[in-house]
Amino acid sequence: MSQETIKPKLKLAVYWGAACGGCCVSVLDTHEKLLDIVAAADPVFWPIAMDVKYKDVENMPDKSIDLTLFNGAVRNSENKHMAELLRQKSKILVAYGSCAYMGGIPGLANFFSKDEIFKRAYEETESTVNAEHVIPLPLVTVKEGSLEIPVMFNDVFPLNQIVDVDYYIPGCPPQSERLIEVFTAVVTGTGLPPAGSVVGANDKTNCDECKRKKSDNKKVKRFYRPWEIQDDKETCFIEQGVICMGPATRGGCGVRCVDGNSPCRGCYGPPSGASDPGAKMMAAIGTMIDANNPGEIDEIIETIVDPAGLFYRFSLPGSILGRKVL
Amino acid sequence: MNFRPTIVAFLCNWCAYTGADLAGTSRLHYAPNIRIIRIMCSGRIEPTFILKAFKEGADGVLVCGCHPGDCHYQEGNYKCLRRFKLLEKFVSQMGIEKERLKLEWISASEGKQFAELVNEMTGTLLQIGPGKVQKTLEFEHLKTK
Repeated sequence: MSQETIKPKLKLAVYWGAACGGCCVSVLDTHEKLLDIVAAADPVFWPIAMDVKYKDVENMPDKSIDLTLFNGAVRNSENKHMAELLRQKSKILVAYGSCAYMGGIPGLANFFSKDEIFKRAYEETESTVNAEHVIPLPLVTVKEGSLEIPVMFNDVFPLNQIVDVDYYIPGCPPQSERLIEVFTAVVTGTGLPPAGSVVGANDKTNCDECKRKKSDNKKVKRFYRPWEIQDDKETCFIEQGVICMGPATRGGCGVRCVDGNSPCRGCYGPPSGASDPGAKMMAAIGTMIDANNPGEIDEIIETIVDPAGLFYRFSLPGSILGRKVL
Repeated sequence: MNFRPTIVAFLCNWCAYTGADLAGTSRLHYAPNIRIIRIMCSGRIEPTFILKAFKEGADGVLVCGCHPGDCHYQEGNYKCLRRFKLLEKFVSQMGIEKERLKLEWISASEGKQFAELVNEMTGTLLQIGPGKVQKTLEFEHLKTK
């Protein structure tokens, strides 16, 4: 093989911010395809799999990493530092997974303030004994020297509120097959949409792909939580009164939850053209309420116990309001 | 500081907007705090519009449509009512006072009622003070710097 035809291997980084680790595992879940990934790209930084220090990343030349998959939200000063560092070192920065995309499950913390969270976690929980009211401090000086830990922010941020993001791959975690598609597009340099796009997912909603039986005229007299009702396994969940996030969620996951007889929870975020999945869901669900009189409507809405938490389960920090008003 | 509330009002073309117009042509005096957006039907209102208004700095949001049974499109105002009730629950969970969000029915002949409604809502907002959505978001972003 002549020198010209040898393509230099791509450099790949995978990093986790405020995340559970599931996104990193979803990269491993490519199974034997991982060998193809490694054949085309050298992982240069991947905390779950390799021992590479932050200072090694700091020493890399700018834009030397071809593709960074950043999963997890930005929750503290360490996440923020790494987000900025990886932006500086990467050619393509991908917000990988629901947390980096819209805040994800950690984003539910935006229903509270940092003080409330600390009070609950370090003082009020039933298993906690903390008579001295000790809480973590960013800087502690002891006899032997000073200790520093990252500063926790009051808010959880999706990645794009901190740095510019090239692409978004939604999902909790993203389906590994879709990662391979995106990765192949990056390797071959073809088929990538304009920067800022959501990749590895469809434009339309999950309902578009869902195989359950649907009627055009959805009317709901009462909403049920999934455990309160016997699912008939073939009718649209919403028509049975179980809230399914399908109408406000981007397709691309393969409707796996519904295929497993569980309503969609909305991890793929809003479909294209909608900026706020919860608002879209309220619009969809609201019109299905089968009552015209205010009292009756109130009674039906009573059966939706926690609309904010349910409709914004994966997307609160990236939604219009972003957090509970303080 | 002199606080002047900003109210974003979504008025339906057929009843409420005409009612507001009547308030004007009747030369009624009422609080100038309202910014009217005309829509074809209150059923067109999406929660996104209202949330966006709050985010852009509205101290209150007013939605007006035809009286029940009078909708130009048969049942748009009922659809609006259902969405509105759900949104109301969400908005209170998000820490926005319920007085900031109001739905009222105004017919084309109710110019006087419209003027009174705006005065009343402006008065309430003056009492509870400026909306905090923008302030919360700005404040949080400063904290990461």
